[in-house]
Order: sequence, then structure tokens, then C-alpha cells
Amino acid sequence: MKIVKIIAIILLVAFVGIQFIPTTRNQSDTVPSTDFMLVNNVPETIQKKLQVSCYDCHSNNTQYPWYNKIQPVAWFLEDHIKEGKAELNFNEWDSLSSRRKASKLRSIIKQIENGEMPLDSYTLIHSEATFTEAKAEELINFITQLKDSL
Amino acid sequence: MSKLKSTLGIVAIAFITLTVMSCKDNSKEQNSTDGDHSQMNHDNSDGHHDGEKKEMAMSGDSNAQAVLNDYFNLKNALVGDDNGKAKELGATLATSLGNFDASQYTDTQQSELKDIVEDAVEHAEHISESDIAHQREHFKVLSKDVIDMVAITGAEMKLYEQFCPMYDGGTAWLSTKEEVRNPYYGSQMLKCGKVQREIN
Repeated sequence: MKIVKIIAIILLVAFVGIQFIPTTRNQSDTVPSTDFMLVNNVPETIQKKLQVSCYDCHSNNTQYPWYNKIQPVAWFLEDHIKEGKAELNFNEWDSLSSRRKASKLRSIIKQIENGEMPLDSYTLIHSEATFTEAKAEELINFITQLKDSL
Repeated sequence: MSKLKSTLGIVAIAFITLTVMSCKDNSKEQNSTDGDHSQMNHDNSDGHHDGEKKEMAMSGDSNAQAVLNDYFNLKNALVGDDNGKAKELGATLATSLGNFDASQYTDTQQSELKDIVEDAVEHAEHISESDIAHQREHFKVLSKDVIDMVAITGAEMKLYEQFCPMYDGGTAWLSTKEEVRNPYYGSQMLKCGKVQREIN
């Protein structure tokens, strides 16, 4: 019983300790003029879907969940957002060349088709971010159109 | 005393829950290590600056030739259905693309080449970390990039632009040999396709 107590105390100290390690937060009040929604004529339903399902990790502004400041959760969020933005940042869409846009749109289509995005770890908590078959089709049709018009 | 125990118990449970949650995130991360990869590439390109200088000293567009050689090696790995080798060669190609030096070209050509290279690097990086179906998807766009690059840089040897009408609505690639060996299907449909253009 004593050993259990010691382990619990160690865990508690470690848990409290890591709370003091700072993380970068992905938040911004402004939407730059290069934003995907601003430069493309995106139907409202698709705008909403992109916002809910993609923008948390693929833009400069994350709607953080309540537990976002608790470590080690904050680290994982930070990591995912960094990766997501490196791959695709919707806020900076129009700074890409046509070639790059075509590549990105292609990847979006493939990832939605294959159910690779949004990540399962994301939809686990944000169930509203999942794509129904109809929603996926709607988005893929729109993105395909956009790609063909480049 | 028992109060302390139950408090500790609650804290321990909270900690375990958080750890489990983060583990889930962690395992997903392995499916999409894209971010890691761009970092890896930075390291690579740094390490290869010496090689770049040597190549440049030798001849004008040996840069483009290095990219082409790595592209053909990658293509052959895909023809051979070799996922592991294609991963390695994707990373090699990302490096030689990173070393590409366009300074001898005009400003317009330079910006076009920069754009091509940037796009191609991303696809090569993805190839270095994907299963074979994904590798082939990325190879399609990569091939377009390389074809566009050759249109500017030219090539030292004779090239054949080949075309498979079946893969993803019709897809092209480059080869040094006239006979068709399909990188998009490999052994499944090795000879599907035709030569649609000869370069040089």
C-alpha cells in the first residue's frame, strides 16, 4: 500500500510540474486577405464545414477545447497544429502558386475520399467535424470544380 | 488517511486518463508525420551543400540531370512494386531537388523552376513516407512537375514521355527507354501505356 502511495505522489508531482512548461498558442483576431474563403466563392454550407472540420489545425486561429491548457494535452495540440499548418494553411491560400494550389486541392480530395482527414483523434472529441457521405461528396465536388478552374 | 488515499486515487485516474488520451493522439501522429518530414528535409539539404557545389562546377545543368536520375530510380522502384525502395529514393529525390540551383536561368524561368521544385519536393517527401498506393498518387503530380522542369532545363539524354490512359483519368511519366514499364500499376499491368512524346 505504501508503494502505491509513493507512486501516486510521484505522478502527482510530475503532473503538476509539467503544467509549468509553456506552449505556443495558435490564435489570431484577423483573417488575412489571402484566406481561402475570401478569395474563392465558397458556398455557405461548405464554409461552415471547413471552419468546423479543418480550420482548427489548418489556419492561424484555433478554437481551443476547454482542456487545452492542461499538459500533456497542450503539447499534442500544439504539435498537431504546427504540422497541420505546415502542410496547409487556409489563411494563406492565395499566396500559393496555381501549381501549388492544384497540388493542395488534389490532396484535400484524396484525404477526404480516403477518410484520412479530419484525424480520428480530432473527431473523437469534435464529433461535429466528421464528414457524412453527403457532406464529403459536396466538398469533393466543390474542390474538384475549383481545381479544374485553376 | 482514507481521504488522502481517495484523493490520490482521483488524481492518478485523472493523470492516466490524460495520458491515454494523449497516447491516442500520438498513435495517429504516426499516420501523418508530414510535419516531421519537412524538418527532416531541412537537415538533409543542409548536409548536401558541398555536393551541390561540386556538381555545379562540373557542368551547367547537371543539377537538373541529378534530379532526373533520382526521378528515374524512383520510377523504377515503383515499376518493381518496391514500396521500401521507393521510400528511400523519394527521400533521395527530395534532397537533389533541394539542391537544385536555378541561378543560370532567366528571372521568369527561375520563378517557374522555384515553384516546380517546391511542389516536387513536397511530393517526393510524401513518397518517402507512404504506402505504395499513395506513392503512386504523388508520383503522378511529381511527374508533371518533372516534365515541366525538363521543358525549361532540357535533358542530356533522350527521354520518352509515356502515358497510361487508365490511371486516374490518364497519367503521364518520363522514361529513358522506349518500351513501356508502367510505374502506376507495376506488375499488375506492366505494359499498359504508350509513348506520347519523344524529347531530344
